[in-house]
Amino acid sequence: MKIDIILAGVGGQGILSIAATIGYAAIESGLFLKQAETHGMSQRGGDVQSNLRIADKEIASDLIPMGKADMIISVEPMESLRYLPFLAPQGWLITNTKPFVNIPNYPEESKVLAEINKQPHHIALDADKIAVDLGAPKSANMVILGAASPFIDMPFEKLEDAIRNIFKNKGEEVVKTNLEALNAGRIFAMKNK
Amino acid sequence: MQKLLLLGCEAIAQAGIDAGLSGIYAYPGTPSTEIAEFIQHSKEAKEKNIRCNWSANEKTAMEAALGMSYAGKRAMVSMKHVGLNVAADSFVNSAITGANGGLIVVSADDPSMHSSQNEQDSRFYGKFSLIPTFEPSNQQEAYDMVRYGFEFSEKYKIPVLLRITTRMAHSRTGVVRKPTLSQNNIKLPTNMRQFVLLPAIARKQYKALLKSQELFEKESETANFNKYIEGKDKSLGIIACGIAYNYVLENYADRNVPYPILKISQYPLPRKMVEKIFGECKEMLVLEEGAPMIEESLKGFLPKGIKIKGRLDGTIPRDGELNPNIVGVALGFPDTKGAAIPAIVANRPPSLCNGCPHTDSFLGLNEALAEYAKGNVFSDIGCYTLSALPPLESVNSCVDMGASITMAKGAADAGLFPAVAVIGDSTFTHSGMTGLLDAVNDKSNITVIILDNATTAMTGGQTSSAFGKIENICKALGVEEEHIRIIKPLHKNHAENTAIMKEELLYKGVSVIIPRRECIQTLNKRMRDKFKNKEKENSK
Repeated sequence: MKIDIILAGVGGQGILSIAATIGYAAIESGLFLKQAETHGMSQRGGDVQSNLRIADKEIASDLIPMGKADMIISVEPMESLRYLPFLAPQGWLITNTKPFVNIPNYPEESKVLAEINKQPHHIALDADKIAVDLGAPKSANMVILGAASPFIDMPFEKLEDAIRNIFKNKGEEVVKTNLEALNAGRIFAMKNK
Repeated sequence: MQKLLLLGCEAIAQAGIDAGLSGIYAYPGTPSTEIAEFIQHSKEAKEKNIRCNWSANEKTAMEAALGMSYAGKRAMVSMKHVGLNVAADSFVNSAITGANGGLIVVSADDPSMHSSQNEQDSRFYGKFSLIPTFEPSNQQEAYDMVRYGFEFSEKYKIPVLLRITTRMAHSRTGVVRKPTLSQNNIKLPTNMRQFVLLPAIARKQYKALLKSQELFEKESETANFNKYIEGKDKSLGIIACGIAYNYVLENYADRNVPYPILKISQYPLPRKMVEKIFGECKEMLVLEEGAPMIEESLKGFLPKGIKIKGRLDGTIPRDGELNPNIVGVALGFPDTKGAAIPAIVANRPPSLCNGCPHTDSFLGLNEALAEYAKGNVFSDIGCYTLSALPPLESVNSCVDMGASITMAKGAADAGLFPAVAVIGDSTFTHSGMTGLLDAVNDKSNITVIILDNATTAMTGGQTSSAFGKIENICKALGVEEEHIRIIKPLHKNHAENTAIMKEELLYKGVSVIIPRRECIQTLNKRMRDKFKNKEKENSK
């Protein structure tokens, strides 16, 4: 078994919390993991990505080969498209539809969504809105993770346990809202896949 | 033993803590920063009293570590690849002095320049100074090499270089710890002249260093970091260095590579192993994460003999980092690249944060310079380099740490007016102070803007050696007090700040303007921590 995930977003959008949650769940499931991150200059509002690799055998490369990723999980719609060369033909694209506009030449939103809709296997959702409706505006990234969860070959409870563990220092309320966000994303994906 | 989930950088740090390290000396720089940072945040390191504050620059770091080694204790220095240029004087000479307590120099290279101004390969420094060099292929190996590196360093009385690259530094995986060792006691070198590089002594020690190469090479053959993996198909032999080895394995299901492979992780090169692979294979493929160092030396100046493929013949691109696809294609597999990036996807370069004090400083500077021709601003290494890009487009150079002041001085000497230098607080104490002294001594007509955001921001907000000292340093270097102007870069002060900049541009001599306001990132973090602590207090 192997799961190769490209996590995408803009510096400061919290893709590393998604990586940490999946990573914790993988380790708790006794799997091997490698996770390459972007540090340094790009973290200042530039495009950032993380290569997350999980397998039941030892993993060789820190980087996912192009055309081999099982999914792209993106917290920003245009960023989800930047990594298409990495996605396998059968792979899933799971993305937020809420744009993060910090450049003057950001493309028209409808054109970005049209490109996403062209993808044979995709889930696109306004995670920011879902998170706000839940009263947890900061948990959009967990909504996205929830939407990706049906495609991640690990028991869902392992992801929930990971959230409980990772956010436990921030209090019960934070754990609860993040779990709700995770579930809301999952429900959306189950209905729309 | 305990298994931890660690970045490559963190594995090196943890290995140091576990191997009896007494001090780490470092200046922040991507992708090396997390090594010293991990030790600074480690409870164990605190309990063991491991020295770990940031140094002013890589040279002071290297020299302090050499001092700790002199005293008999284990020391580590960590820096990014270009930092080794700054530390080069002491690094190269440390090969001749040798070490006493174990000394490991970690240099983190950044092929593809993710966060750097070049992609120089630190292995050349190892070769050039005759210092044994290690290049781990994974995080566990990085951990193990630190322990072995300290033993090696003490056994042969020589510093060792540990060269990592971005993907190793910033990739996380499970690492198994080894039992912890206690720190060395103070024990001075038995030869009290070992560290005195007077010509007569240096000549003797250099001969000894040259002689030791044989022993180092023997270690390379036997230490088991270099591995010869047999393969049935001798039509090709693969030499893969560091993480390039992983990319080879990635291309074969269950790691069944048909060709013989020589995995290189320790230098000097193991001659016997190289001879063996050359002897059995028809063609060679050399895979190096960085420059074609081995490839070039195997090929020689006038290539003869068997065909060697790599970066020099175009099999692999001459620049940039490797990846599984590049290596796959070199091995004869079709490229697996997926769909193309849609044309509408725009570049998203990094930019200054909302609320960044630098933005206000540059808006002021742009206006103050509006009446002059463009092209008068020399800048430096830091977040503020981003002001070269739209929308600010304020600065015209970024070369190395400290080059802003000295380049402005040279341009002013050539007659350019105005000549402005823009440098950050931490970069100023790293390498800007001596340049300012030159300018003062020459009465150069320059305006130096020292952006004081009270931190080393670009690398994530590390303590700045300059904190609270800048105007006193400028005064002590001879800048006239009335031409040291401290301003607060805020939108509401724009007119006043611009007027001050205009005034100082017109002063014929060295003037220093210090826009002072805390980095918005560290300020936000401080406020969050304060809020958290308050909540904790309240819940008690």
